[in-house]
Formats: sequence, C-alpha cells, structure tokens
Amino acid sequence: MRTDNRFDPYNADRPLAMRCACGQHASAEEHLSAEAAVTELKRRSETTEFEAYSNDFIEASLVKALFPHDAVRRRFLRAVGKGSAMAAIGSVLPVASLQAMAQEKGALEKRELKIGFIPITCATPLIMAHPLGFYSKQGLDVQVVKTAGWALIRDKMLNKEYDATHFLSPMPLAISLGVGSNPTPMNVATIQNTNGQAITLHVKHKDKRDPKDWKGFKFAVPFEYSMHNFLLRYYVAEAGLDPDRDIQIRVVPPPEMVANLRAGNIDGYLGPDPFNQRAVFEEVGFIHLLTKELWNGHPCCAFGTSTEFIQKNPNTFAALYRAVLTSAAMAREARNRELIAKVIAPQAYLNQPETVLTQVLTGKFADGLGNVKNVPDRADFDPIPWQSMAVWMLTQMKRWGYVKGEVNYKQIAEKVFLLTDAKKQMKALDMKVPDGAYPKITVMGKVFDPEKAEAYANGFAIKRV
Amino acid sequence: MNASRSLGLRAGLLSAVILLLVLAIWHVATLGSAPVAAAGPALTPEQIEYAKLMGKDPAAGGAPSAKSGFPTLAQMGSTIVRHLSQPFYDNGPNDKGIALQLGYSLARVGLGYLLAALVAIPLGFVIGMSPLVYRALDPFIQVLKPISPLAWMPLALYTIKDSSISGIFVIFICSVWPMLINTAFGVASVRREWLNVARTLEVTPLRRAFEVILPAAAPTILTGMRISMGIAWLVIVAAEMLVGGTGIGYFVWNEWNNLSLPNVIFAILTIGVVGMLLDLMFAKLQKVVTYVD
Repeated sequence: MRTDNRFDPYNADRPLAMRCACGQHASAEEHLSAEAAVTELKRRSETTEFEAYSNDFIEASLVKALFPHDAVRRRFLRAVGKGSAMAAIGSVLPVASLQAMAQEKGALEKRELKIGFIPITCATPLIMAHPLGFYSKQGLDVQVVKTAGWALIRDKMLNKEYDATHFLSPMPLAISLGVGSNPTPMNVATIQNTNGQAITLHVKHKDKRDPKDWKGFKFAVPFEYSMHNFLLRYYVAEAGLDPDRDIQIRVVPPPEMVANLRAGNIDGYLGPDPFNQRAVFEEVGFIHLLTKELWNGHPCCAFGTSTEFIQKNPNTFAALYRAVLTSAAMAREARNRELIAKVIAPQAYLNQPETVLTQVLTGKFADGLGNVKNVPDRADFDPIPWQSMAVWMLTQMKRWGYVKGEVNYKQIAEKVFLLTDAKKQMKALDMKVPDGAYPKITVMGKVFDPEKAEAYANGFAIKRV
Repeated sequence: MNASRSLGLRAGLLSAVILLLVLAIWHVATLGSAPVAAAGPALTPEQIEYAKLMGKDPAAGGAPSAKSGFPTLAQMGSTIVRHLSQPFYDNGPNDKGIALQLGYSLARVGLGYLLAALVAIPLGFVIGMSPLVYRALDPFIQVLKPISPLAWMPLALYTIKDSSISGIFVIFICSVWPMLINTAFGVASVRREWLNVARTLEVTPLRRAFEVILPAAAPTILTGMRISMGIAWLVIVAAEMLVGGTGIGYFVWNEWNNLSLPNVIFAILTIGVVGMLLDLMFAKLQKVVTYVD
C-alpha cells in the first residue's frame, strides 16, 4: 500500500476531508497550510522573545514619536532622568496604558467592537490581529468588517456603526475639518503602513514611461482625501502637467481598479496593493513606479477612530491600540511576511491569490515588464503618526483647493494625529516639552520643512490656491 | 387538449436545444484558453521565476488555465457544486455561504416590501376613491416615481445613519410606486354598476370597501405588487453592492473584488432563479384572485 496518500484516509486522528472543511480552500492541503501559517505565526507571537520585542517596539515607537530628533531625546533624558521620563510617558493616555503593558489594565468600557476595513494590504496589521488572536488577547471581541469603499467607511464612522476603522491617513484630517462631510473630530492613533502603493499603467503604455507623455490619460485613485491622490498630483505636476486639466483623475474603489484597467476605462492608477500586483498578475498592467520612489516612508493608511470614542472608552481604546501595535510589530519583521500573506489571503479577509500577496509583502515581485524585482521595503509597517506627515497632507489639500483660506497647519495636525496628548500631560507635569513631532520630509528630492508649511503650499508652480 | 400538450412538449424540447447550444458555444469559446504547452528548455532561470510569480509555473506543466479569461464549463460546474454543497457555512462577517447571503437579501427585500405594501395599498385606496386626493398627490407621485432607487442611497445613509436600514428604505421607496399607482387605478376603475348596487343596498362604506371594491380591484393590486417585487429584487443587488456587509449583492461585489468570474456568474444565476421563484409565487397568487366577468 502507498504510504504517501495525500488524504491520509487511515489516520485515526484526522478527519477525511475530501474538500477543505471550511470551504475557503480548493483542497484539504491548502486548508492545512493556511491553518499551519496561523498556528506558526501565533506560536511566534507567543514566544517571550517576540513579547519582549513587541513591548520594546511599542515603547520605542512612543519615545521616538515624542522625540523624533535623537539629540533632543538624549538631552531630555539626561535632564530629567529615565525614571521620571518613563513616568511622564506612562501617565499619558492613550499612550499610558501602552507603556504599562505588563501592569494591570483598566476595565474595558466596551468589549464588542466593530472595525471596518477595505480589502487591501495596507490593512494588514488590522486584519491579521484578528486570526492571530491579538484582539482577544486584550479581552476584546472584535469583528473586522469588509467595506465596499472609502466613502462608506466615512459614513459608517460618522454613523457610529464602526467603533474604529481603517482610514486613509488624510481622511481623519478631512473629516475633522468638515471637508467632504460634517465636521466630526477624528483621531489617527497609528499609521497602518508606510510605502506600499504604486503607479500602475495599462500594458499598452509600456513605452510611455515619461509622465510628460501622459496628457489626456485617465487615472484612478481610491478617494479624494488620500495619499494616492496627493502623490499622483504631486508626481504629474512635477512633470509639468496640470492634474486637473491635462489628465483626468477619477475616484474608483481599489477592488474595481483592475477591472476598469482591463476594460480600458482608465490608463492607469495610483492605487493600493495588492491591486498593483494583481494587475500584473492578470497581465493587464505593469508597475511604473513604487510610491516609495517618490517619498520613501510615506504614510498611507491609518488606524483611527472618533475623538468621542476615545474619550468615552479610554481603556478599550488603549487595548485596541495595543493589539494593533503588536500586530504592526509582527508585520514589520520580514521573516513573518510570507506567512502573513497566507493568513490574510482567504475570502474573509483580502480574498486574493496568495502569490500576489506574497509578492507585495516580501517585496520580491514581477513588475509586469518581464523583470523580477527585489525591494524588501516595498511595503512597511511603521506605526508612528508623525505630525509633519499631517502637515504635509494639509499643504497638499491647500495646494489643490480642498481647503480654502487660512489653514492652521500645526493646530489641526496636533488635534488629529495623536501625539499631543502626551505632550499636554508632560506640560501638566511641569516638564519641558520637547518640540519634535515634526521631522523633515523629502518628497521627490525636495525637502519639506513643516515650520514653513504655508510657503511650501504656495511655492508650487501648478496649484489651485 | 392534445394539441396544447404537444405544443408544451415541443417548446420544452426547443428550450433544451437552445440551452445545449448556448452551453456548447460556451464550451467551444473557452476551449481556446486551455493551457499552452510549456516552452520548456528555452527559459532562463530568471524567466522561470518570473513565470512562477505570474502564477504560471512552467515546471508544473499547465498554468491554472484561463485565469483572466472566461471560465470553462467544467470550472463553472465545479463552482456551482462547491457553493451548493455548502450553502450554510459561516466564517465570520465577511465570509458566509450562499444560502445565508440570500437569506439576508430576502429578509431585507421582504421587510422593505412589506412596509411599502402597508403604505401603498391603503394610500392607493384613498387616492383611487377620491378624485380630489388623486389630483392633489399626482404631481408628487410623478416626480418621485422616476427617481432611481440608488439615488436615494447617499441621502438615506446621511439621514438615517444606519446602512442596513438605508438598504431597507431603498427597497421601500422603489416598491411603493407601482403598488400605489396600480391600487389607485384598480380602485378607480371598479365598475360603476357595482358601486351603484352597493349604494342602493345602503352598504356601510367600510363594508363597501372590503366586499365590493377590494375583490374587484384585487387583480390590479396584485399586478402592482408583482411589479414591485420584481423591482425590489433588482434593486437589492445594487444596493448591497454599494453598502456591502451581507447579502447576495455583497457576494457579487466581493467576488468582483477577487476578479473571480465563475463566482460572479454563479451569483447571477442564483439571482435569476430566486427572482423567477418570487415572480412565480405572485403569478400563483394572481390566479387565486382573478375572476371572470
């Protein structure tokens, strides 16, 4: 008798599933390999090594967020001493309970939460925290709900159908300002991912790699208030094209981009992954450039909620925050990426071929032009919500006329991007507050100084100011 | 009798022939995209790696055939069998069996439709009985009737502040008009003689409404209800694609998202079959209330 029977019918410990039991996979084998990926990742997340790593990571993220300039951080620590610095950070919410990871947690105000997400790889930490049990470890019963588009995410946040959600990072700014919606204060707790977008063009444009040749092109972006829109506008404007007149930019939900590209409705898009890689996989598009090449380390999606929710449920929010940050710590490690792709590929999450997700997450990918590229930081998960990022987004909103008149860049950034609470508390404790959540940013070789935001917004040749 | 039976038989045969023909065309048309034999030795290691990343492993012989093209009949068949053999599985909020999704859609349609009937039929009665009310309400009905139900969706989401109630509202607003107009028409065109007889016999207005007008107008009212149900079933798919979450429309959206044509086609077939069953139900009902003069 053969011993390598793949169904293993004589094994008393295994059910004889001719098809996979959950119905998500084509074969029992595939089902087992997905299960094995979850088990392995769970095992990795439960090692003391990772727990120590993720605690350190969260703590380091917070300190780094408070003191982006290393010199300032060291000066501060020397001045006040490690103990009181830790106490200061530890006394702050939502940052406080994060710091106090190991210590007792406050009672959760709300256990059952609904979190929205758009099925793209940017949502990786948010999604994988679910199958890997990071939410339940924090005592939360979280439902992650797939949502059809960004406008719906906005509406469901405003309706309070979702407790927290996957956002495009400019969305909380726009919603708080009341641009494209009623003004409702929103907060960005963490950035979900950095980099991870690309400009994809239809295969018929293989010889039109210079954006100067793109006059009359039709492009798609996922939402008006998105890094995708701002980066695409920035990119074509640098090439001398007016994004409002020389090209057409349409809003298309990410999952529909590939179908539209195939149908020839659009010439290309600056979209989130996996839809860039999916277009390559479907042989309808090629990756023109990764947005990493425009601004290395740019934020894309964020994890956030309404200010009201945080104020009403500080402990729940902190628990949620911890779960997402743990997840981000896990996603940052390159060695986990292949397994993560397996975990988030099924229908309940991204519903994509696994090989596409693996290429996006590991950075070893086919570019659609016959080359295999290796860019390990194609997508990364750096959770710090730098306020300078928010200021940059605001300058672009000003530049393209989404906000009119006087913009108080720093005030808005500090209200929405949650780092200021920490600062306020430190001030209350009579500590000298470091001024530093504003590291400089380089976009397409041009340095952006958050201190001179207005001048930057006005300094472009093509603008709608 | 015999002639009509043989006609039925012939029609059935013809349907079968048409179906087979369509399936045959489908089969032949999708055959062309069968896996091409691997080019083999000519590939450099780099090209092989690239092909693997594109989902076409040259070493494994054939690629998963026609991944971007139309599904073959065999793929379609296995998709149908796969869905139908597990209609009730539930893997959390984003992944449910086809029967559960249909259940959500039917529940939404049922609720919105019921509400519409509760509003439209009594109102239609009043409009039909009173030429004054009819004239007064007519402009509003004329303006509201042609609005695409989906145009209501953003407004509903904004004001109702709940996506599933918004979905039900959209069903409500689209099924209200045919019922209203048909009821009004049916009531208004009840034969004069019958009403006169009722008047001579000094029947109370309530009794007149229920025992003379309602039975007389019932076939027209049911026609309106049947049209409304058809529209409601058309709309729910679009509404659920927009709002997401659950239902057959969400299923279609989710599979579009995955660019999975076999699943989308399966959903289309399911929607068609369910719509047909709903319509048959009303056809039966209509037969019950129809009378011969």
